Amino acid sequence: MKSFDPAQIPALEVDRVSHRYGARVALDAVSLTVRQSSFTVLLGLNGAGKSTLFSLITRLYAIRSGHIRIFGHDVASEPGAALSQLGVVFQSRALDIDISVRQNLMYHAALHGIGSRRADELIAQVLDRVAMTDRSLDRVGNLSIGQMRRIEIARALLHMPRLLLLDEPTVGLDIKARADILDHVRRLSTEQGIGVLWATHLIDEAKAGDDVVVLHKGTVLAQGALDDVVGQAGAGDLGGTFNRLTAAADRREVESAA
Amino acid sequence: MTAAAETTTRHSFSLAQYFICMKGIVWREALRFMHQRERFVSALVRPLVWLFIFAAGFRQVLGLSIIPPYETYVLYEVYITPGLIAMIQLFNGMQSSLTMVYDRETGGMRTLLVSPFPRWWLLSSKLLAGTLVSVLQAYVFLAIAWFWEIEPPPLGYLALLPALLLSGLMLGALGMLISSLIKQLENFAGVMNFVIFPMFFASSALYPLWRVRESSPLLFYVCELNPFTHATELIRFALYEQVSWISLGVVIGCTAAFLFGAILAYDPGRGFLARRNNPAG
Repeated sequence: MKSFDPAQIPALEVDRVSHRYGARVALDAVSLTVRQSSFTVLLGLNGAGKSTLFSLITRLYAIRSGHIRIFGHDVASEPGAALSQLGVVFQSRALDIDISVRQNLMYHAALHGIGSRRADELIAQVLDRVAMTDRSLDRVGNLSIGQMRRIEIARALLHMPRLLLLDEPTVGLDIKARADILDHVRRLSTEQGIGVLWATHLIDEAKAGDDVVVLHKGTVLAQGALDDVVGQAGAGDLGGTFNRLTAAADRREVESAA
Repeated sequence: MTAAAETTTRHSFSLAQYFICMKGIVWREALRFMHQRERFVSALVRPLVWLFIFAAGFRQVLGLSIIPPYETYVLYEVYITPGLIAMIQLFNGMQSSLTMVYDRETGGMRTLLVSPFPRWWLLSSKLLAGTLVSVLQAYVFLAIAWFWEIEPPPLGYLALLPALLLSGLMLGALGMLISSLIKQLENFAGVMNFVIFPMFFASSALYPLWRVRESSPLLFYVCELNPFTHATELIRFALYEQVSWISLGVVIGCTAAFLFGAILAYDPGRGFLARRNNPAG
């Protein structure tokens, strides 16, 4: 249902989206919602369809069936309005390593039509938010992987989006850097009211109070508040829930194939 | 709630914002270029090798008659200079295309395409950025060539600018179109063999077409149809303060066609992005 109260419009609404590569079905009627100011964990193994979903949300692929709306703006019919509300941290590195942190962020600001004076203010803000103010003039290539991730997040936040997508943002990070990033982004969603969709295959990155979406082989198996999802599955924790749900889905697949 | 009002107003960009975006893309290309000095040097060395060695060797072999835009007999070095300038731009266009493929494999291309500006604007800005770099390379080459007694009229240098912009846009747009057809970085060697070499050799860059016609009428027609011939002739005439109208028309037409093709190819609904098989989850 589409609500007209702006506070109730979901930050992201994926509505029965399917996608296939040739004969292979990557997403099958996927529906999910990211509420405003929520931290939603999209949980799925490699190959579950997470990256395909991200490519559809960011309009790299055309949506051929179903709808994706960002704050009520359809990505296919109003891409400008939808994408201007969206910040993305891609799995692959998106920064130029040859140039400085500030130059990278300036480029990103320009891609959102933000002039240099305003960009300077915003850059100072986002760098402060990820605690990287003192590295502004450093060459990106000289940063550690964890620091680069923080800059990627700063970059994604620069144009003040109200929805932030992160695709496996902790890949390649050590335990400490991973905890730092997770902590940073969680605080963003509570303090700044940003809706976050955090895609991962690491079950321990979700915690009580988060929303979770379990995606498996292109199908959503469960979604809702973490405690509810665990409760409904009758498992003790999210790990058990995930195993139970995916095993049941695989069994159904085998049975229907037989 | 102000957030809702903000939502409705934020997506329409002003003209000034369009230019901020374009400026940002051009500026990034310039920064990148400055950080890749090898690229600049190799872009210059290639035509200089042709000029200093190949042309010197061929000077005695190939006799040239007086053909427009030249008013006197010219040295072979002088004859091939416009072709070498076009070659700089051809390589630059293909290099930008390579960069786009590389960007696609890293996140750079995604960052660009996720911008809320219309995609045709983003791609045109990127094309302009690459073209400006090639124009700069061409002038540096001409400056060096001047010491090699390639001295076109002073105003020719000025008249050359619009010609360089046009030919650069055409070859850049071609590169962009090709980049959408290449699936992976490794396929780039194929571009060398199947695009750069045939385009360069089957053109008026190294030999006047009337001589080609003497040896093979078929090859002559191929050369005539080659857009690279027209980029070369546009540059050649401009350098001598003249306009080759046919070449001008061909270059403008090809630019429009290639750019249109590239924009279609990068459109999420139609182009390679939709066709591409992405095995990653």
